[in-house]
Amino acid sequence: MDSVSTRLSIRPYTRLPKGSQPPSLYEPYRATVKRAPLKALIVVPHTLSEITGPIFGHEKVREGDNDLTRQHAAEPLGERIVVSGRVLDSNGRPVPNALLEIWQANSAGRYRHVGDQHPAPLDPNFTGAGRTMTDEQGAYRFITIKPGAYPWFNHYNAWRPAHIHFSVFGNAFISRLVTQMYFPGDPLFAYDPIFQSIPDERARQRLISKFDLETTQPQWAKGFKFDIVLRGPEATPFEA
Amino acid sequence: MKPDIDLVPTPSQTAGPYFGIELTTDEHCVPCVAGPNAQGERLWVMFRVLDGDGIPVNDAMLEIWQADTHGKYNHRDDEQSKPLDLGWVGFGRLGTGEDGTCVLETIKPGRVAEYAPHLAVAVFARGMLKQLHTRVYFWGDAANDEDPALQLVPPERRETLMARPDPARPGHWRFDLSLQGDQETVFFDV
Repeated sequence: MDSVSTRLSIRPYTRLPKGSQPPSLYEPYRATVKRAPLKALIVVPHTLSEITGPIFGHEKVREGDNDLTRQHAAEPLGERIVVSGRVLDSNGRPVPNALLEIWQANSAGRYRHVGDQHPAPLDPNFTGAGRTMTDEQGAYRFITIKPGAYPWFNHYNAWRPAHIHFSVFGNAFISRLVTQMYFPGDPLFAYDPIFQSIPDERARQRLISKFDLETTQPQWAKGFKFDIVLRGPEATPFEA
Repeated sequence: MKPDIDLVPTPSQTAGPYFGIELTTDEHCVPCVAGPNAQGERLWVMFRVLDGDGIPVNDAMLEIWQADTHGKYNHRDDEQSKPLDLGWVGFGRLGTGEDGTCVLETIKPGRVAEYAPHLAVAVFARGMLKQLHTRVYFWGDAANDEDPALQLVPPERRETLMARPDPARPGHWRFDLSLQGDQETVFFDV
């Protein structure tokens, strides 16, 4: 094969600004110590393998998958909330048809997972998992209950701030994001090595949702806004 | 509508130990990338994820992205003038078991441009604050010697990116994914 004739022009994706992402190794979060590579990562130019990625259709999501309060016979216990926002790329363009998956503890801080043995009650009416796809404007919406904080074994008297795990697919395999959404004013932020692993203070603040009166529904549920930015293609000069 | 945020990508956080209630349920796992009608050489890759002490990582998730047998991705930004295998998606997702392994069924991808056949792999786990990206190449493939990404890897480390055929089982390959240590897999800064 003539390799020159097959070479393609690739529009690379933005690289991540220093300090905006956690390092792989962050000793206060003990589990990173044996799971972080210690050799230098190899920088590669972006190829089709990086700038393409799975694009899912609506067959991945069923009606009601975004409402975690209606998956069982009755409603779960806890404070009902609406979590909504937009998924944008780093050029500010909405990301439509992005698959979002969430999972979380119940209102008592317990996950419906065999590995979670924290002595808090399970809620028979709460699984704690949901999914949805963004619309044409990149908007999404979940209905759930506010998760509880819970203890873990990282260090003495360690507690995770209340959070909802988010998994997001963008346009490219390298815009893939798994993260956690937090709630404003949580007193546990200062003591949580997972949250604190992000070096830049402004970057950390991006993971804290905002209380939102507009999406709060009278007599029914509080609203929280959480916008998500995924890596997008480098801006061309006339866009910058 | 102006976003209420700056446009720096959102920070990653660990998937933690409990992602299995959503990401790797029976319904949401994709252990087979290639459907029964997919064209190409069918193969199975057994991944084994190990930590810095060589202990199997039993709570990792792997995601795989690959081209079809022609070396074409199912994506609008792949402008190569090649056919796309009918029904091809190219995505896989697996959780590791107690022994740190999981088996992916797929077909061997074709060459994408000047690159040798490879799978793109992203690794997620408790203790990983962000995913790691690596590639699985196929040991013995003649195109490996001219692959531009492999050329960037010091020769003594390229072996960590090679799936090895299982001599006893035709079509079966093994790939150890060592997060840390002497045999640490090469991860790419993408």
